[in-house]
Amino acid sequence: MEKTGTDTVKRGLAQMLKGGVIMDVVTPQHAVIAQEAGAVAVMALERIPADIRAAGGVARMSSLELIQSIMDAVTIPVMAKVRIGHFAEAQVLQSIGIDYIDESEVLTPADDKYHVDKHAFTTPFVCGARDLGEALRRIAEGAAMIRSKGEAGSGNIVEAVRHMRAIGDTIRELHAVPQEELVARARDLGAPLELVQQVARDGRLPVVLFCAGGVSTPADASLMMQLGAEGIFVGSGIFKSNDPKKFAKAIVDATTHYEDPKIVADACRSLGDSVAMHGLDVRKLPESEMLATRGN
Amino acid sequence: MPSKPVIGVLALQGDVEEHLFALGRAGAQSRAVKSRDQLEGLDGLVVPGGESTTVMKLLRRFDMEQPIVERVRSGMPLWGTCMGMIVAARDVADMKEQPTLGLLDITVRRNAFGRQNESAEVDLLVPALGPRPFPAIFIRAPWIERAGQAVELLASRNGHGVMVRQGNVLGTSFHPELTGDPRVHAYFLAMVEHARIGKRSTAA
Repeated sequence: MEKTGTDTVKRGLAQMLKGGVIMDVVTPQHAVIAQEAGAVAVMALERIPADIRAAGGVARMSSLELIQSIMDAVTIPVMAKVRIGHFAEAQVLQSIGIDYIDESEVLTPADDKYHVDKHAFTTPFVCGARDLGEALRRIAEGAAMIRSKGEAGSGNIVEAVRHMRAIGDTIRELHAVPQEELVARARDLGAPLELVQQVARDGRLPVVLFCAGGVSTPADASLMMQLGAEGIFVGSGIFKSNDPKKFAKAIVDATTHYEDPKIVADACRSLGDSVAMHGLDVRKLPESEMLATRGN
Repeated sequence: MPSKPVIGVLALQGDVEEHLFALGRAGAQSRAVKSRDQLEGLDGLVVPGGESTTVMKLLRRFDMEQPIVERVRSGMPLWGTCMGMIVAARDVADMKEQPTLGLLDITVRRNAFGRQNESAEVDLLVPALGPRPFPAIFIRAPWIERAGQAVELLASRNGHGVMVRQGNVLGTSFHPELTGDPRVHAYFLAMVEHARIGKRSTAA
């Protein structure tokens, strides 16, 4: 008996990525740099989030030719993004054999009410969340991995910290409250009771939780791991720096040894006078330019 | 009553917690190992699932490759699951440039069963574990393309080796740590116990 596409194998791939860094890449050459630096997977994109933000217009699934060329260039898993709710884009990515689909707020949403029914796919999905309720709604729809949304392409870690703390705080709260409160908690979270009970019992999400959105230095990566992330997505932080090779390796080292300040310091030192991406003050972003508020 | 064996799980990257938990449940004391100092005092080492290119780079960057090889050559049992088996292998088919530890005389083929869409749960016959099939979880899994004479083949899937043992080194293409079935962890702990008895009798 052989069963593909089960929750166990979908969630299992994310478990194999734990403790690692997943990097956004826009060319096969980037993908090779990422793999050489020690990335555990790459996200194939036409433009990194900072450039999507700058370009405006409608951001869609990347060209299949580009995605395929990246799949051919590396042996590590390759992920790609679809618009929120765009199940046809997801069907296309599944058909070309992508390893993970990111239903992402970084692209322009295709459906302002509903997300993709991810149970219907063999290919696993990762989705963004700002709090526990959002994370559990995505898991209920079939997400096999959760990442914080952060504020993609901002180079500013503050939103990712807010989201990771919000998720972690609510998990710790649920773990501590008496059983009889869980129905009301599930109602307030807008999440299925069964998942709320599971989180309350286990004290963790039923799937792997990564950080995404704003990581741009080795110290940022260490911070997020110490706040409970099980791994790191770096979008613009590597290829918007002025020395992607150095930044990629330094962020991998700092993620692996996040709890050892000496090694994180070595990683910071290895950057020399290379400069991290410039970054945005998210408080000055108008609501209409915030990516994290897309999808709920 | 002999003390519980101390098993390290290489924690540079991968599904470390799952192995720590499964080893504990199978009766061992387990701890995460991230540096060469933490290899001290181990009775056995598990190299978990993860990405083999990543972990080989980190083993070299943090100077752990030689100390692991030396310990295993002098008798410490090692078990690699999926990525761990690739790391322990002699070489990787069609990727001669990928470094490995060379502890198991096998050639592995990475992602041999396919990409993620082909990842599967399989009822696998492993005679060494008894007649009941093992619930094997294969994730972008490698298979064993060539095995040396000293290597014992313990299980195959569709005609390809997926579990092997050579003396004190065990390799599985699949992930027993993701199941509730403790039999492969118990099998490894028996290897560890055997090595400890050997070490005690040599000392005496």
